[in-house]
Amino acid sequence: MSKLVASIKEAIEQCGLKDGMTISFHHHMRNGDYVLNMVLDQIAKMGFKNLTVNASSIFDVHEPIIEHIKNGVVTGIECNYMGAKVGKAISEGIMDKPVVFRSHGGRASDMEKGTSVIDIAFIAAPTSDDMGNCTGKVGKSACGSIGYAFADAMNAKKVVVITDNLVEYPLVDFSIPEVYVDCVVAVDQIGDPAGIVSGTTKITRDPVGLKMASYAAKVIEASGLLKDGFSFQTGAGGATLATAKYVKEMMLEKGIQGSYGMGGITGYMVDMLQEGCFKALLDVQCFDLKAVESIRTNPKHMEVSATQYAGVSGKSAGVDNLDVVLLGATQVDLDFNVNVHTDSNGYIMGGSGGHCDTAAGAKLAIIIAPLTRARLPLVVDRCLCISTPGKTVDVVVTQRGIAVNTAGGKNQELKQKLIDAKLPVVEIADLKRMGEELAGVPKPIKMGDKVVAKVIYRDGTLLDEIHSVK
Amino acid sequence: MRRSMLFIPGNTPNLLMNGDVLGADSIILDLEDAVSPAEKDSARILVRNALKSLHYKGCEIIIRINPVETDYWTHDLDEIIPLKPNMIMPPKVSCAQDVKTVSEYIAKLEEKCGFEKNTVKLIPLIETAMGVENAFQIASADERVAALFLGGEDLTADLRCKRTKEGNEIFYARTRLVCAARACGVDVYDTPFTDVDDIDGLYTDAQFAKSLGFSGKASISPRHVEGINEVFSPTQAEIDYAHEVMETIRIAKEQGKGVVSLRGKMIDAPIVERARQVIEMEKAMFGGTEDDE
Repeated sequence: MSKLVASIKEAIEQCGLKDGMTISFHHHMRNGDYVLNMVLDQIAKMGFKNLTVNASSIFDVHEPIIEHIKNGVVTGIECNYMGAKVGKAISEGIMDKPVVFRSHGGRASDMEKGTSVIDIAFIAAPTSDDMGNCTGKVGKSACGSIGYAFADAMNAKKVVVITDNLVEYPLVDFSIPEVYVDCVVAVDQIGDPAGIVSGTTKITRDPVGLKMASYAAKVIEASGLLKDGFSFQTGAGGATLATAKYVKEMMLEKGIQGSYGMGGITGYMVDMLQEGCFKALLDVQCFDLKAVESIRTNPKHMEVSATQYAGVSGKSAGVDNLDVVLLGATQVDLDFNVNVHTDSNGYIMGGSGGHCDTAAGAKLAIIIAPLTRARLPLVVDRCLCISTPGKTVDVVVTQRGIAVNTAGGKNQELKQKLIDAKLPVVEIADLKRMGEELAGVPKPIKMGDKVVAKVIYRDGTLLDEIHSVK
Repeated sequence: MRRSMLFIPGNTPNLLMNGDVLGADSIILDLEDAVSPAEKDSARILVRNALKSLHYKGCEIIIRINPVETDYWTHDLDEIIPLKPNMIMPPKVSCAQDVKTVSEYIAKLEEKCGFEKNTVKLIPLIETAMGVENAFQIASADERVAALFLGGEDLTADLRCKRTKEGNEIFYARTRLVCAARACGVDVYDTPFTDVDDIDGLYTDAQFAKSLGFSGKASISPRHVEGINEVFSPTQAEIDYAHEVMETIRIAKEQGKGVVSLRGKMIDAPIVERARQVIEMEKAMFGGTEDDE
């Protein structure tokens, strides 16, 4: 028996695609992904219409989806993140149905709870055997972890694995087992390696970013959480990665052995694992080649599913035990709500990813962002979109001051600790004032009437709506 | 207190906007080498507007203008002096007349703006062989001169030798400048360490500069500021000793003693002066201590 079929067309036929169905994709190929475009082009050729695309993320490389929307092939999008190119088109109102934004944890959990139904999942796999045992750890398009694809594989009615490295059965050390897979397609290339993972992820040299990072590291130190058993998540962004550098130095200097590092994993987190800062890494996505190499060779560097990383449908998740998470923001408002979905003009250019999941789970959720960005202040009266509720955010770190969220009487002790550590603690309103002093008070943005996206919180409730840009 | 002086190119809005959060005691907003001739006007306007609208709290402002042999320097001063910067850094100063030329022009602008005479100080940048040889005359040329600053890069080009990390080629210039500045009672600042990534090298270079008598050191990278501040700050032991010296002196005065000793060593005038300097630094760094209240 073999599940190998000759083409994507054959796989689509075999899985019984019909108009109006929902198809899904993962984003581990990131901006190098060929699979989403390849599948949609084939579907369009076959004349299907009115499909919903549920992709964990939509990147700029997926710009051709705009034509499929205009032609009625795609009439719905559900995702956790949307890059600026497709985001702009959506914000301009090209699609009738609003985009449904979830978080990484929320997407997986909604599939598991059955509130998000996937008819056919197309899983890009850097290596697979002909029965569908597949992995991202090896192959010419290796991306490391394929943690976001687990929920698709386990919950979709039909599952198609698309690979550019077909190996003999059985594939050793698979991530997704054959039991979920209906058919396998071999293609020449599933992605452009240059866009899948970076060669190296470098720490920012921007002095303002380094200043913020130094403050964030001092906040972590002063919080008292930096001790044996410490668990930590940081992104691959400039200032957050620089914070990890400072945290690592403190951990090594004080001989602290943490418990786990989590999230999208960079080479920098791998260094921390290798140098004994953590006992393990829980990896839902690899950002660079060093992380890919590590997950392939180091048993302490573990691949986890989106559910185990950040979901609410399991009995527990990694985020629930997280001590500290460092997160970015395009806007923060006076209630500490954070926007990572739209830019300051209201155009969609991002999404929660794991932002709201980790903020909700971590003991200390730190937002790190410059006080002004592109000549606009970071802190506003009300965010254009609430991506992460302020009640889950503890501290906002900028280069000119640190605000602690003490709403409802929480974090009073933390605030005092930061003051005692001689950190520049101010109120969130002070950050707003300072930003406006530097950049002026921005004119209010007038949004259109049409709802172009709905932001669904990790528990399934509606968090906010994004309106069209006028 | 001026331990570190950080260069900020006059054509980088993001850095100009954040100049005061990078930890440097002084920032040098640069209109000279960092700015190409095509951008001189726009950088000058940008720096002028930055001075107008930003507070730069707790940070001394120095403007590096263009050299006197160019057509730019008077335009630079016309725009900048009305905003009352702390200091002007004229580059490529080779003789006392260069200082006088700039000082006289500033004096006219000060008068026009209704500022008190000599409000704006000068920190001549000495970066030619002639400048090094004339260091004493430059330092003593005008009341406005508050410090000298050595520029190692241009100097080594003028000396026709290679600039090295060890800095043997600028040893003479360093000691000559320190001696000239101290003879005139002004401060003296060392050239930047130009390998931005070599933090260990920065420490070694800064420690060496301090050992020669420099008051502080300039930097072209914000990443060097912390190291420079650390090297040029008194240690806790030095601070403790300074307080002990002052306390011993105070008790001796009360007891009417002329000569006193501490830890078996006579406390003479230079030791008292050094202790006073250390306590001043401590006040500037930490805002005073209980002893001073």
